[in-house]
Amino acid sequence: MSSPNAAYPDTPQTEDKPPKRHEWPLWEVFIRGQHGLSHRHVGSLHAPDAEMAIKNARDVYTRRNEGVSIWVVEANDITASSPSDKGPLYEPSESKVYRHPTFFDIPDEVGAM
Amino acid sequence: MTRDEAFFQFLLRMGDNTLILGHRVSEWCGHAPVLEEDIALANTALDLIGQTQMWLGLAGEVQGEGKSADDLAFLRDAWDFRNVLLVEMPNGDFGRTLMRQFLFDAWHSIMLTRLRDSKDARVAAIAEKAGKEVTYHLERSGDTVIGLGDGTDESHARMQEALDYLWPYVGEMFEGDAVDAEMAEAGIAPDPSGLRADYDALVGRVLAKATLTIPDSRFAHKGGRNGRMHTEHLGHLLTQMQWLQRAYPGATW
Repeated sequence: MSSPNAAYPDTPQTEDKPPKRHEWPLWEVFIRGQHGLSHRHVGSLHAPDAEMAIKNARDVYTRRNEGVSIWVVEANDITASSPSDKGPLYEPSESKVYRHPTFFDIPDEVGAM
Repeated sequence: MTRDEAFFQFLLRMGDNTLILGHRVSEWCGHAPVLEEDIALANTALDLIGQTQMWLGLAGEVQGEGKSADDLAFLRDAWDFRNVLLVEMPNGDFGRTLMRQFLFDAWHSIMLTRLRDSKDARVAAIAEKAGKEVTYHLERSGDTVIGLGDGTDESHARMQEALDYLWPYVGEMFEGDAVDAEMAEAGIAPDPSGLRADYDALVGRVLAKATLTIPDSRFAHKGGRNGRMHTEHLGHLLTQMQWLQRAYPGATW
């Protein structure tokens, strides 16, 4: 990456303010569709700050009445598992069928679970 | 002038403001600096066009000549439009577009709040619905004006330039005439001059946060809302907006 001010070489950096970024950070957007459901990841967008990210999310992802609540989180702040760790992370559970609650007889009266 | 004639003029003023600004904002579609702003501007334009349908729809009813909102939007010429000059000003750069939006949104939100108490139930209903949309428009344009005004030297300079350019068009929104007097007396709409104090407080607060200086002048370009003289820009806008109905009269889809 070039220096943060490369696009605006004449813009002085002031000491008391944090350095200005010239590209908006990426935000991940989560929307709750109805009361009672949990927030779901719907996509991502760019915005200068969290407040504008909410506004942009409102404009980009709730145009067709999709949501009752919006969360945004800067993509940088998400810690994700690495695809190369797939083996050690997930394979050990594959052979442990007893972890699935499939060995119980469910009485018919209970209905669908 | 009868009360209905005045009422018709008032409705044209409301509907033409939203129609012309809606069209102006829609000109950004596909051209905005970032995708998110592009969609947000398109949403704003659509809100304004939706409000136009309500205002001009009611205007056609009050006029009583069987005209629809579409007839009024597409089959009048420049001298019949009653929008304030501010909304027909060209977009300029993104900063000027957002400054124009903010200066209008501030007036619009105050006006619609007052119109919720209109003695005409139809006006009150439109104001109620449009008010929610405009509250959001104002939040968005205000935040953007603050962000750009209090941003880099470049963005600050552009926003100050936009404010200096557009400020002389603010005064017209508070001009009153016989139509307004008639509306105020009927309890249908407030006298526009009565909105100025709230407007100055709101705009002053946001522009101070944006570190922008309001020009020290109350000079106002006028002639839009009474139709006496629009700027040369309105005719150019109408040639685009009305082209289809002019070339293919009565075309529908």
